[in-house]
Formats: sequence, structure tokens, C-alpha cells
Amino acid sequence: MFTHFDFDVIGRSWVYLFQVGMAFTLELTVLAMIGGVALGTLLALCRMSSFKPLALVAAAYVNLIRAVPLVLVIFWFYFLVPYLAAWVIGAAEPVKVGTFWSALITFTLFQAAYYCEIMRGGIQAIPRGQVLAAQALGLNYWQVMGRIVLPQAFRNMLPVLLTQTIVLFQDVSLVYVLSVPDFVGAASKVAQRDGRLVEMYTFVALVYFVLCCLLSWLARRLQKRVAIVR
Amino acid sequence: MNYHWNWRIFGEMSPDGVHTYWDTLLSGLAWTLATSLAGWVMALALGFAVGALRTLPGRWLPLLGTAYVELFRNVPLLVQMFLWFFVAPELLPQAAGDWLKAMPNAPFATAVICLGFFTSARVAVQVTAGIQALAGGQRLAALALGLDLPQTYRFVLLPLALRVILPPLTSEFLNIIKNSSVALTIGLMELTASARSIQEFSFQVFEAFSAATLIYVLVNLTVIAAMRLLERRLALPGTLGAR
Repeated sequence: MFTHFDFDVIGRSWVYLFQVGMAFTLELTVLAMIGGVALGTLLALCRMSSFKPLALVAAAYVNLIRAVPLVLVIFWFYFLVPYLAAWVIGAAEPVKVGTFWSALITFTLFQAAYYCEIMRGGIQAIPRGQVLAAQALGLNYWQVMGRIVLPQAFRNMLPVLLTQTIVLFQDVSLVYVLSVPDFVGAASKVAQRDGRLVEMYTFVALVYFVLCCLLSWLARRLQKRVAIVR
Repeated sequence: MNYHWNWRIFGEMSPDGVHTYWDTLLSGLAWTLATSLAGWVMALALGFAVGALRTLPGRWLPLLGTAYVELFRNVPLLVQMFLWFFVAPELLPQAAGDWLKAMPNAPFATAVICLGFFTSARVAVQVTAGIQALAGGQRLAALALGLDLPQTYRFVLLPLALRVILPPLTSEFLNIIKNSSVALTIGLMELTASARSIQEFSFQVFEAFSAATLIYVLVNLTVIAAMRLLERRLALPGTLGAR
């Protein structure tokens, strides 16, 4: 079946694929994860705020982002970010931001909505007694959250956060629509240059499969380790 | 910010000279709905089969089911789309591959197959969880009443599991609608692709994307409302969901 295929193309291009493509994908994944978790936690706190307008705005943002496909959001920010940047620094013309920054902002803002819901679940699972005890000890809101609630919520939600990060790692492939050389984009460039679509895309699928299996195995192990025995 | 807003753009003629940009959006919506509905039917059928497979007694069949789920969950949707569109026709015998590539609606058929398999793995996980969430006595009682294993699944376990997993199935249905936008990479003119084409031809970026966003939100709300009704109808008596 594979007689007329030329798997040599992978041998010729794998250094480029990993050094340029996979590096871009991983960099974007890690940075968007850090930004997304931070922003998502803030959003979760806003959603649970007793100040109603803030809670409403955060809920509206989360629900809006979750209703729209990622591809559309990528396009939105690709065109919107230059105008926003111009508005922030007061320039008259839209600023050229570059696809990496545009993609990073997109994935951070998009994933924040999903991380927010995970963190909200984690925070709501903390027994109320914990908060009451902390308040009785005289801690203020930020101390209660920062020292009592959030550390426990993070620990409980770590496996779920990691699972969401695997989703993010897979979703980063969609920057392909901006013609960015991420792992898929780089492979597709080589594939089209050499006319070797079959070999390249099979290879890409295989690499993703192995990496994601590895990560979800890690998530399962983590789940066992962080589980709190009650 | 010197962006020139022009909301009348949707009434203007699109480059094909017959339809307005508004028609472009509507036809995009129609493709999105057709793709996700067809994919959803396929995902439900496959997902229930594979999900049930994973709960069968024995070792090899559940393992096969789990391998299926892992295969479709651990490769990005975009890559799967490319595999079905560019790679699958090459692996078939020459004649079949050529016939596939020459099909008039190749992107549509490919997208349906791809989304169907991709979503079926997610549905299968829910179905397995649903069957395992049922009281263990259900299976034993059904077998004790003289039903054989297929009958136990057909008349007892699967109908009950369906009613338990309706809420997570709703979000999978919303996901398949959103995921259908990935099919624009293989040339399907669905809603996001339509908005993008309006942007390319008219330069009215934000109007086009706002309209598409609004349509996605409306579809979302409609699906949620319809599923809430269904959930209330089908909630198992005696559970917290029933009233």
C-alpha cells in the first residue's frame, strides 16, 4: 500500500518541523496557558463577586466566548488587535502587531473563558467552613482567596486544568488559518512544496497522537497524586 | 480609530452578482447547520455503539472501544480534517480515490465524516459514563428477567443512559456546531467562511464578523432552549433533574 510513498521527506524536514513549527506551537501553548489561567481565575472571582454589574459583565464575556467557534475568534482578533493597539497607544493608524502576538492574545482571551469555568467549579467545591474560619481569623478578601481558597482550588483542579491545556495544545493548530508556521503550518508548507501531503499529514497526526497520549497519561497520574484523601 | 462603519453592507450585491451579502451569510448558516446535523446523527449512532462496547464484559472489546476513543481524541480536529480530505483518498484504490476527489460536494461529505468520527469519540465517553452511573442492579435485574445481553442494552441500559447524559450531550451538540467552522480549511463555505469572504470582498471586517457572531449566539441559545425542554421531558423520575 505504501510502495509509491516517499517517507524520506520526513527525514529531510523534521529538523525544520520541530525547531520552527513545534517550537512555535509549544511557546504559544505555554504562554497562553499561563495567561489564560491567570485571567481565567480573575474572571472566576469576578463572576462570583457580590458586586452584580461586575459578575454580569464577566458572565456575559464567558458565555459569549464559549458560544463562538475558535476559528471566528482567531479572525476577530487578527483584525481587531491592530485597532485596539492603536487606540491604546493613541496612534492614528492601526498598528502592525504580528501574527505571534495576535495569536497569543487570541488564545489567552479565548482559553480564559474555559479556564474560568474550571476555576469557578474548583472554588465552589471548597467547603464554606474554610472561608468562614478564615474570616473569623480576621483575614480580608484577598488573603482568604490568595492563601486559603485558591491554593486548594488549584490543587483540586490541576488535572482538569491540564486536560484543558491538552485541548489548547490541539487548538493551537488552528492558527493555520492565519498562515503561521506552527507545527501543522510548517508541515503543510513542506507538504505543498514537495507534493507529499499524505506522508506529512500522517506524520503530523502521529506526533500529535503520541504527545497527547503522553500528556493525558501525565494528567491521570497527577490526578492520583493530588487527590486529597478525606 | 478611523474605521469606516457601514452596516448597509449586507444589503449590497456580493461579487457573484445575484445574491446580496446577507444571502451569503444565510447560505453559510445553512451549510453550518447541515454539516453539524449530519455529523451529529453519525456521531450519535457511532458514539452509542462504541460507548456500549466499552462497558461489555470481557477484555478485548472494551479495549477496542477505548483505542477508538483515544485515536480520535488525541489528534487535533484540523489534522483529522486534512487526513480525511488529503490522505484518505490516496489510500483507497485509484478509481475510488479519483471518484471521491471528483465528488461535487467533497468538502461537505468530508467534513461530515470527519466531524462524525471526531464527535463520536466524545459521545462514546459520555455514554460509557452514563451506563456506569446507572445502578448496577439494572443490568443484573434485566439479565435475571431472561433478557439476553443485546436486549438488556437495547431495552434497559441505553434508554436509561440516554436520559442521564442529555445535559453533556447538549454541550457536545453545541461543540459540533462550533467545530464545523474548522471545515473552512478544506473549502466548505460555512458561516465563518462566509463572514471571511464578505470581509475579503468588501473590507467591512467588523460588520461581517459581528453578524456571524450574532448568528452563532442565536443558534446556541435556540439549541440550549430546545434541549432544556427535552431534558425536562426526559428527566428520570426520582432524580434531582425531575420536578
